[in-house]
Amino acid sequence: MYQLTAVTKRYQRGKQTVQALAGVDLTIADGDRLVIQGPTGGGKSTLLQMLGALDRPTDGTVELDGTDLGKLSEARLTRVRAETIGFVFQSFNLIPTLTAQENVETALVPLGVKGAARRERAAHALESVGLGERLGHVPGELSGGQQQRVAIARALVKEPKVLLADEPTGNLDESMRDEIMELLEGLWKERGLTFIMVTHDSTIARRAPRLATIRKGRVTVTSNAPA
Amino acid sequence: MFVTYLRRELRRRRRAALVIASGLALGIALVIVVSSVTSGMNKAQDKVLQSLYGLGTDMTVTKAASPPSSGSGSSGRPKFSFKGQDKDDDSTQSTDRVMVQGFQTLADTTVTKVKGQHGVASAVGGLSLNVLKVNGQFKRGQVAPGQGGAGQPGRGSNGGSGGSGGSAGGGQVQGGGASFDVDSYTVYGTDVTDSTLGPLTSSKLTKGRTFKTSETNADVALVDSSYAKQKSLAVGKTLTVHGTKFKVIGIATADSGDAAADVYIPLKKAQTLADTKAKVTTVYVKASDSQQIDAVKSAIRKNVPGTTVTTSADLASTVSGSLSTASGLASDVGRWLSIAVLVAAFLVAGLLTSSAVRRRVREFGTLKALGWKSGRVTRQVMGEALVNGLMGGVLGIVLGLVGAYVVSAISPTLTAQLAGGSGGSGGGGGFGGNGGGFGGGGAGGPGGPGRQLAAKAVQVSLTAPVSLSVIAVAVGLAVAGGLIAGGFGGWRASRLRPADALRRIE
Ligand SMILES: Nc1ncnc2c1ncn2[C@@H]1O[C@H](COP(=O)(O)OP(=O)(O)OP(=O)(O)O)[C@@H](O)[C@H]1O
Ligand SMILES: [Mg+2]
Repeated sequence: MYQLTAVTKRYQRGKQTVQALAGVDLTIADGDRLVIQGPTGGGKSTLLQMLGALDRPTDGTVELDGTDLGKLSEARLTRVRAETIGFVFQSFNLIPTLTAQENVETALVPLGVKGAARRERAAHALESVGLGERLGHVPGELSGGQQQRVAIARALVKEPKVLLADEPTGNLDESMRDEIMELLEGLWKERGLTFIMVTHDSTIARRAPRLATIRKGRVTVTSNAPA
Repeated sequence: MFVTYLRRELRRRRRAALVIASGLALGIALVIVVSSVTSGMNKAQDKVLQSLYGLGTDMTVTKAASPPSSGSGSSGRPKFSFKGQDKDDDSTQSTDRVMVQGFQTLADTTVTKVKGQHGVASAVGGLSLNVLKVNGQFKRGQVAPGQGGAGQPGRGSNGGSGGSGGSAGGGQVQGGGASFDVDSYTVYGTDVTDSTLGPLTSSKLTKGRTFKTSETNADVALVDSSYAKQKSLAVGKTLTVHGTKFKVIGIATADSGDAAADVYIPLKKAQTLADTKAKVTTVYVKASDSQQIDAVKSAIRKNVPGTTVTTSADLASTVSGSLSTASGLASDVGRWLSIAVLVAAFLVAGLLTSSAVRRRVREFGTLKALGWKSGRVTRQVMGEALVNGLMGGVLGIVLGLVGAYVVSAISPTLTAQLAGGSGGSGGGGGFGGNGGGFGGGGAGGPGGPGRQLAAKAVQVSLTAPVSLSVIAVAVGLAVAGGLIAGGFGGWRASRLRPADALRRIE
């Protein structure tokens, strides 16, 4: 699925240069479940941006199914994001004015799905995360856990190959956290996704089959024995 | 999704949208009010000019002003003769003088000459007269030995300083006295064969009938309604001018409330009264093409020597008073104010839209992360701004219409002061008593030689008509405002990166 070779990412801020990734080599297979862990500022989110085609590396290559993402045009990258990748954010990132169903529909807009078909698919995705009754609610009328479920439905409605999640439980309390984790793991198993998740939570990290730890832009991968 | 998203955003950010819209609305309303008031001013000015010229007159031809000579000045000055009465005789005497307004006339062959010029559609001559009537009782004084000082006639001066009264007969006259009043009115001799041009066209006949074309030398008169009221004249009554009895056949009311003359009589009769056979004071000219007025003017000036040609434009430039002050205000201050407010409104709308985009960085970043093309996000921002602009346009049009309506409803009265060429009214004549000398005060007579257009104040009420083209401009401005605001915001949105979805703001 993914093949990262010597990926470097530097951010230039005025005269200061921050090296967020310093030569990352990483292979992720189809259907893998990888948890990325590490101290704050280590480069976790930066790595996820490389994987999600949100940004390009300064050096090195990020290959997705044999295509070097760094060499694609902006339009092609946009296409990759629209078709292949589902993103879940720590702070949900729902459009506050749109209803749950409309929020999920936004993921189908770039795919050209229209009208009733789009509404139906969005409703179906919301049912699969247990929010079939809340289609017409705006984010402000939903709890944090429910909002994150809407975001998960939005990420999965287009049936992507890859699901990327940046601290999806970071803004949730413990009971909500377990609920969301259960949901994500269930969906991963059910759909055969490649699921890559950043977390601070060591309990969650311990449950993952593969764990990438990133410190000062460098990655070490460990495999956990299945519990 | 475009429409749904747009609708939801506008509903949620109602207040911000309202701020942008009302800023634009203010600018647009100002443009509407200013331009409607300006067109109202123009209308008012046209009305003022009409009151002088009548409808359809493009220019007038008068005798060129000649430098005042003492001869012409004194010959034109009115003289009155009264008999000094015996002590016990209280009978009233009355006498009137008919004078040509401005003392300058043209031969009526000039009318035909002007008519023959290229570009002249029609030309009509008229004679403006002033009638000064004095009624009173005069008693002979007891003359003490010594010279009775005859009243010294005042000196009529060109610019119009009041004539100095005749010097009183000093202490030598005792017991003499006079009580009299002076009545002055204007008479216009009109060409009854052509009623399409001239001052009478700006009046409407409200009673009776107008002149028949056959009444070229008839003793008939039209009387202006306000003069008729003042003198209790009505259709069928008679009016005596310099010994001639005229039958009042109709009452005319001036459109602007200010008539060109008090009494209208056939031209030939007027010429007889003033003893100016075959003379006119003014030729009213209509050009065949209103675009060619300047060419016609120079043709007349060249081919009909000794004349002054005055176009409406020339006349308009001499208009002063509150009307011209207000129209200057509307066109200068009003225009700049509305431009300033519009520019400010556009800028504020742009900045507010742009700052709204900054507050929504993560929202737009997320959409880009979801695979939305940059153009789609920009379009969304532009769409919102455009709707804000249109809302501002609608609000501004409503506000502007209300403003224009209020101006029309209040309809403030403006005064236009028309400067009467070079000669103002002024220099009066002294009265010289022949009966042993009494000195009367100098009554203000007509001015020295000057042009026929006497100084005159016209009252017009201001309206603010809103034309469809002004509304169209307002809509255009609203769209422009929306596009400018959308440009600011859209440019900002287009530069956002999908990675901004992860930014920790908001
Ligand atoms: N857009 C940016 N511009 C400049 N520096 C950046 C930018 N994004 C990240 N960085 C820097 O790169 C480094 C890695 O950041 P990153 O967000 O990947 O860390 P992280 O591991 O996700 O941390 P956290 O656990 O706090 O989320 C940090 O030092 C950060 O300050
Ligand atoms: Mg992070």
